[in-house]
Amino acid sequence: MQLTVGPNQFFWKADAWSDFYDQMAAAPVERVVLGELVCSKRLPFYQDRIPGAIETLLDAGKEVAVTSLALVTLKRERKLTAELVDAGVEVEVNDLTTLAYLPKDVPFSVGPLVNVYNEGTLGWLAGRGATRICLPPELPLASVAALAAEGAARGVAIEVWGHGRLPLAISGRCYHARLHKRTKDNCQFACEDDPDGLSVRTLEDQPFLAMNGVQTLSDSCASMANQLEVLEKAGVKALRLSPHTGNFARVCQAWRDRIDGTLDAAALSAELETLSGGMRLSDGFLTGARGADWSRTKEGEPA
Amino acid sequence: MEIVCPAGTPASLRAAVKAGAHTVYCGFADETNARNFPGLNFDRDEMREGVKFAHDHGAKVLVAINTYPRAGAEAIWHRAVADAEKCGVDAVILADLGLLAYAAKHHPGLRRHLSVQAAAANADMLNFYASEFGVKRVVLPRVLSVPEIAAINAETEVETEVFVFGGLCVMAEGRCSLSSYATGLSPNMNGVCSPASHVEYHDDHGALSAKLGGFTIHKVGADEPAPYPTLCKGCFSAGDATGHLFEDPVSLNAEKLIPQLAKAGVTALKIEGRQRSRSYVAQVVRNFRAAVEAQAAGRPMPEGMLAQLTEGQAATAGAYKKTWR
Repeated sequence: MQLTVGPNQFFWKADAWSDFYDQMAAAPVERVVLGELVCSKRLPFYQDRIPGAIETLLDAGKEVAVTSLALVTLKRERKLTAELVDAGVEVEVNDLTTLAYLPKDVPFSVGPLVNVYNEGTLGWLAGRGATRICLPPELPLASVAALAAEGAARGVAIEVWGHGRLPLAISGRCYHARLHKRTKDNCQFACEDDPDGLSVRTLEDQPFLAMNGVQTLSDSCASMANQLEVLEKAGVKALRLSPHTGNFARVCQAWRDRIDGTLDAAALSAELETLSGGMRLSDGFLTGARGADWSRTKEGEPA
Repeated sequence: MEIVCPAGTPASLRAAVKAGAHTVYCGFADETNARNFPGLNFDRDEMREGVKFAHDHGAKVLVAINTYPRAGAEAIWHRAVADAEKCGVDAVILADLGLLAYAAKHHPGLRRHLSVQAAAANADMLNFYASEFGVKRVVLPRVLSVPEIAAINAETEVETEVFVFGGLCVMAEGRCSLSSYATGLSPNMNGVCSPASHVEYHDDHGALSAKLGGFTIHKVGADEPAPYPTLCKGCFSAGDATGHLFEDPVSLNAEKLIPQLAKAGVTALKIEGRQRSRSYVAQVVRNFRAAVEAQAAGRPMPEGMLAQLTEGQAATAGAYKKTWR
């Protein structure tokens, strides 16, 4: 099983951003996807550092890809998307707009925000040049297995969300700005104080969701710690680890140890809970009744 | 402009057509359409008869096959497309890439529209769907302002259809897993959002709490009306704030924007609500038909005609006004 570090979903200070990719160069992962996924307004703060980070990662032997934005609407965003082709590395398509700019003979990968739910869609994307697809996190195991089989037949590597707050929704509206009684156009970067997203709780103080600008995430940290063997058996080629603050290099190392068999599922879960400052874990989309469920949650107990 | 009206049942279809709908959209009674609610939608015979009734009255019928086919079960969706063609429908409304490719290849004579569930939010995307799959019309997501819609229409030959009345999705449609996170059932896979099967109301020391999948979405005093716990319109807390952090429990009503939408080059105005009663549908259709005829004749828009039909009597023009964002 390979490990991919997905694009950072949050707004980090530029120095923290650079430090993170320096660490990832040394981390035990095969692949790193970087760039702006959520909001084009964040990009100018670190855009000039992207080429350097790509070079560092390539020098360290990593496969590198750049992500498209998840929701492309503005003219400026279309231009940014068109320019991704010039980054010199593979493009991860997270909005189909990107395909309008990708020459037909250029291979690409597909991120979890493109709806690949069935063999027909996978087949069409493979025919267009997709070589790797990270599936949408809401797919159940039966679908993942069917798509991994189809991927194997078509030479498309299948990746699954392995770790990190789940991307649940994207909007034209910025909820962080709205919380601060601002509009998106005058957001004053309301999201920058919440480098892992801002927890959204129910009126009974139950942790539930997290807001991250125009994106809504799970409060829980998705984790495939208990699902590694079933995913391997299904033919899944890689797990995606989504960046969070804290010691993410250690998160990567813990996953590598689990894959190598030197750390078991319970020990990995315990370590991830500690490393994430006590975040709840969830894997319900894959095997549970609800996405928020955790395979270790007792029956009937709320997640 | 064309008025595109919802029909959850054959009776609603007839009511909408009689009330002046140019076009009606509906779905088969299964997981192939994004309003897969008990007691709604059409079997194959009802669809055939509905199409005949509409055509006899000069109206068109569009069939929404706009969920994402389940891996290993695509034949169910393929059959829906074939049956829609056999029923003589005027177009199918699709969202999934694979299903679009299938329909373009196997049913080239069947007109294809792109569902709002595909969230095509810029001109490049519309042109991509047109060139790859021969899509003739795109239903735009409810995250665009009127000037953005005008800019899209200036760069594409594809017809655009926009929502003007009814429920308001605040997330990019087809790219939202909030419902399956809380309940296990999703718009993309199951055709439902915040399903009633997962709603519970609790009397909590005089307060009424509404839960969805075990998560409290609302709490109101015993004498206040309890809204349906639609997830993104729920009450939550974050930081120091408590309230409707995503969207208030309001409906979309863009009736006043009809002149601007016409000017923006929009082909069709879509009314949401396949789960609504036929009297509701008839009333909305009559009002919108009057409004577009006033628009076409250069008469002023009728004022506030639909306020009483909106959710909690509160309405918004949503993303059509840029300040909403």
